[in-house]
Amino acid sequence: MTALPAEFVPVSRKGRRTLEIGLGCGILAAWLVIALAADWLAPADPDAIDLMAVLQPPGMDHWLGTDQLGRDILTRIMHGARVDIAMSVFGVLPAMLIGVIVGLVSGYFGGWVDSLLMRLVDITVAFPFFVLVIAIVGMLGPGLANFFLALALVGWVSYARLIRSEVLVLRDAEFVLAARGLGYQPAYILLRHVLPNAMAPIAVYAMSDAVMVMLAGASLGFIGLGVQPPTAEWGAMIADGQPFIAMAWWICLFPGLAAASLGLGFLLLSDGLAARWISK
Amino acid sequence: MSRAQAILMRLLHLIPVLIGITVVSFLLVKLSPGDPVRLMMGDRATEEAIAVVRAQLGFDLPLWQQFALYVGNLLQGDLGDSIRYRIPVAGLILGVMPRTLFLAGYVLCLAVPLTIILAVLAARHAGRWIDQAIRVFSVVGMTVPVFWLGVMLARFFGLELKWFPVAGYGETFLEHLHHLFLPALSTAIWLVPLLVRNLRASLLEQMGADYVTASRSKGLPEGYIFRRHVLVNSALPTLHLLGVMVAFLIGGSVIVEIVYAVPGLGSLMIGAVLGRDYNVIQGLTLFYALATVLVTLTVDILSTLLDPRVKL
Repeated sequence: MTALPAEFVPVSRKGRRTLEIGLGCGILAAWLVIALAADWLAPADPDAIDLMAVLQPPGMDHWLGTDQLGRDILTRIMHGARVDIAMSVFGVLPAMLIGVIVGLVSGYFGGWVDSLLMRLVDITVAFPFFVLVIAIVGMLGPGLANFFLALALVGWVSYARLIRSEVLVLRDAEFVLAARGLGYQPAYILLRHVLPNAMAPIAVYAMSDAVMVMLAGASLGFIGLGVQPPTAEWGAMIADGQPFIAMAWWICLFPGLAAASLGLGFLLLSDGLAARWISK
Repeated sequence: MSRAQAILMRLLHLIPVLIGITVVSFLLVKLSPGDPVRLMMGDRATEEAIAVVRAQLGFDLPLWQQFALYVGNLLQGDLGDSIRYRIPVAGLILGVMPRTLFLAGYVLCLAVPLTIILAVLAARHAGRWIDQAIRVFSVVGMTVPVFWLGVMLARFFGLELKWFPVAGYGETFLEHLHHLFLPALSTAIWLVPLLVRNLRASLLEQMGADYVTASRSKGLPEGYIFRRHVLVNSALPTLHLLGVMVAFLIGGSVIVEIVYAVPGLGSLMIGAVLGRDYNVIQGLTLFYALATVLVTLTVDILSTLLDPRVKL
């Protein structure tokens, strides 16, 4: 439900893990194609209400059935992929950017800058992630923009911690000392020498963070604080289907499977890359 | 540095955090675009009436004076009144808190034994089919949306088989256990994979340690080495993780409470957000943060008491 603390960067035995990485990339690529080409691939219009065909079970006309307004579930899942993929990507990137900058500065310069920034980290992690996101979205109002803002405000912490611990080691590496001796500016050293060497754990963590961010976004959609109707989004679709769960299970079932499979793609990639790049 | 000094340092470390979360919860409301007074008074209130109430609540003062007022009230346990229910927020929170605590405890009772069993199985048969099966379960458990799992379990075990109620909290202890089983299970299915991954990794790390080789060369049986040495040494990292997870659990229970209509802190939070009940959002956010800080502190102190090598 929540973005994970940095301790969760998976540690596993070294291996090439080609199958895992290939499978993860395949799933992600498939969803990306579906999301981009939803207008051409989808069999119907996502918002087309058809009161003659409400709550139809999966069949020839509607492969995954229809909801209480007669909208085609398959079509809405395909269009919903746009929102859910966008949530996982744009929910992660700003937080990553802020976290990387804070972590680099904090780890490289140390001193009072480091103390100040790390106190800020302590304060942010004191709040349960999901509660703080809900509180911020609740105060600013529902919608995607505020969700992204809330994630940027809350999510940078793990990245900052992760990269700071890498920088603390790299700071005294010989190539960094050499660069400093040659008189390069700190910004150049950080971006050119330190950051590339600290990128692997960040990339791995970002992949597993994407899963958690996507699930958090879908949870907000489920509560009614995410994307507003009638825009199709998986979490909101599950909320739509909940009152009809006794007679029409398909409204809830398929969007949930979609979310789980997208998450699986990110997680497989994250695990595989972790084994390849940063195993002990 | 002695252990007592270390614990004292850890407590001093809390002060900036406590000040920080107070500031954040204060600014959360102050920086929000809406106007709590206008919401409280309703649409038909005159401008004069709004101005009077604003002055009464001290909302016309400079920001730092408002903050001083806020802290003063907090120290007396006053979180303000709910705009919706028109009763003190502190009472509202304390009234529903036992339900969320019950749920969290229930989840732990399900998750901890399950974690130990699965992690030990996976570590002792590392690389074999049972390890692979547990890994697949872990990955799936982490990617499935908890609220969706909740809806699906409610349909199958609640509506189809009628084994468990699908909503509410019940009256007696046994009814609580019965009502909260599905919510606790849904949360545990999400929590267990994270713990299993961690415990399995630390078990495997310990199994390769030198003292294990030494014990083996003395001729000690494998089962004995595992129970007496490996398991005990692996417990600490997972205890630390469990502390982090309990903090997560407090936040994670929000969505599960909504799915199963459990009238706990999570339902209160969502109700407040949807109804724009600013004081309740503020009070709950602060309360959640305090609970998290308390849990983390307890685990840290417990770790150092159990193992003096742990640095706070």
